[in-house]
Amino acid sequence: MRTTAVEFGLSARAVCEALGIELVELEDWSCCGASSAHSLDHELFVRLPARNVALAQAAGLDIVTPCPACYQRVLVADLQLREDRAWRREMEDLLGFTYTGQSRPRHLLEILSEPEMVDAVRERVTQPLRGLRMVSYYGCVLVRPPGITGWDSPENPVRMDRLVEAIGAEPVDWSWKVDCCGASLTLSRRDIVVTLSTRLAEAAGEAGADIIACACGLCHINLDTRQNLAEGKPVLYITELIGLAFGLPGVERWLRKHTVDPRPVLRERGLLA
Amino acid sequence: MANVCKPDPAFRQAVRDRSGEPIQLCYFCHKCTAGCPVAYAMDYKPAQVLRLVQFGQKDKVLRSFAIWLCVGCEICGTRCPYRIRLVPVFDTLRYMALQEGYRPEPKVYALHRSFLDSIRLWGRVHELSMLLEYKLRSRDLFSDLAMGISLIFKGKIPILPERIRRLVQVRQLYTKRPSKP
Repeated sequence: MRTTAVEFGLSARAVCEALGIELVELEDWSCCGASSAHSLDHELFVRLPARNVALAQAAGLDIVTPCPACYQRVLVADLQLREDRAWRREMEDLLGFTYTGQSRPRHLLEILSEPEMVDAVRERVTQPLRGLRMVSYYGCVLVRPPGITGWDSPENPVRMDRLVEAIGAEPVDWSWKVDCCGASLTLSRRDIVVTLSTRLAEAAGEAGADIIACACGLCHINLDTRQNLAEGKPVLYITELIGLAFGLPGVERWLRKHTVDPRPVLRERGLLA
Repeated sequence: MANVCKPDPAFRQAVRDRSGEPIQLCYFCHKCTAGCPVAYAMDYKPAQVLRLVQFGQKDKVLRSFAIWLCVGCEICGTRCPYRIRLVPVFDTLRYMALQEGYRPEPKVYALHRSFLDSIRLWGRVHELSMLLEYKLRSRDLFSDLAMGISLIFKGKIPILPERIRRLVQVRQLYTKRPSKP
């Protein structure tokens, strides 16, 4: 959230502050292992996020993450801590804690799209994004597998669309909501990610959208940097869009960092100076 | 394809046990393959990999690069009528391939190795040095240079790493392994 997805980190913090959600950075958090842990080493796959579960518990707070992979990994580690007694004891020894299961792992979008939150977002909007048509791109592990994540439909999720509506923009339906962007293959098989990202960006255009809204750092960087269209389709984090609708200062600072510049289309709609 | 080798039932059972997935229930509806975003690039499609496992074709499967292309998007398990998740199956196949000395898809392996090395070094991934390691491992030095420089200037790839305090804890997660097989 401070590096390749810095716009997500900054906009998420700003939006939560505006909504009165207090975010406390998990002290001394470490990487959950993302795709690489489960790809090479099953034990590391569950151990790395287990450390964050232990830290959150010590802080007495729920874990909220804007990253779908972190979210899913922490859920899996939490589940295993709860169900595998022998492994739990091993982790308690290694990490120096006693598991209580009190910290609930949640995804930021899950929280922002709760009905009361959507109402709060709607009320806080000072500049409704009128005339801006956008598709909601949920990506893969945010809503799958349904047995693990389960807070929105794995085939036709709608909760990001509801937020899009709440900020005054026009949610556009499309059939690529949950199609993978190619994820971690972005360096090792660039060609695949170019193919998938280009297809997604094209589909957004065919559906009549000006913008693709997303909630994942990897989806964003893939769609933003790997789409290969004559005219780029801007990809924005849902939190950037909410921040824009709230009229928060510094929005342009986030938008400047994109590879496909979203500012022209926003200026066209009179949403940016 | 006429070159089917003698089936290895121990392999089939091991995949079933280690993945925890009921692969024997698969009846080849191919919904997994139809939904898989990278199936088009695979040497064996997901349903074919499963069929090969069912036939105990260990060498073919562990030698394939399909098992390295899976991105873990979970579309397969979500759509399978029996909810057989192929992500844990493909994970298991990769672990077996590595354990038995099969050559992984080099760039995919290099990326994951570099990523995990970075976590071990700092507790958090330091993109710049991770990318450097990846480029050296994969011998792919020059691609994406322009994009990389652009991202550095946008402040998205910090020069300095962020090192956590209790790095020892993370390192122990790497090194202190259970003694069970």
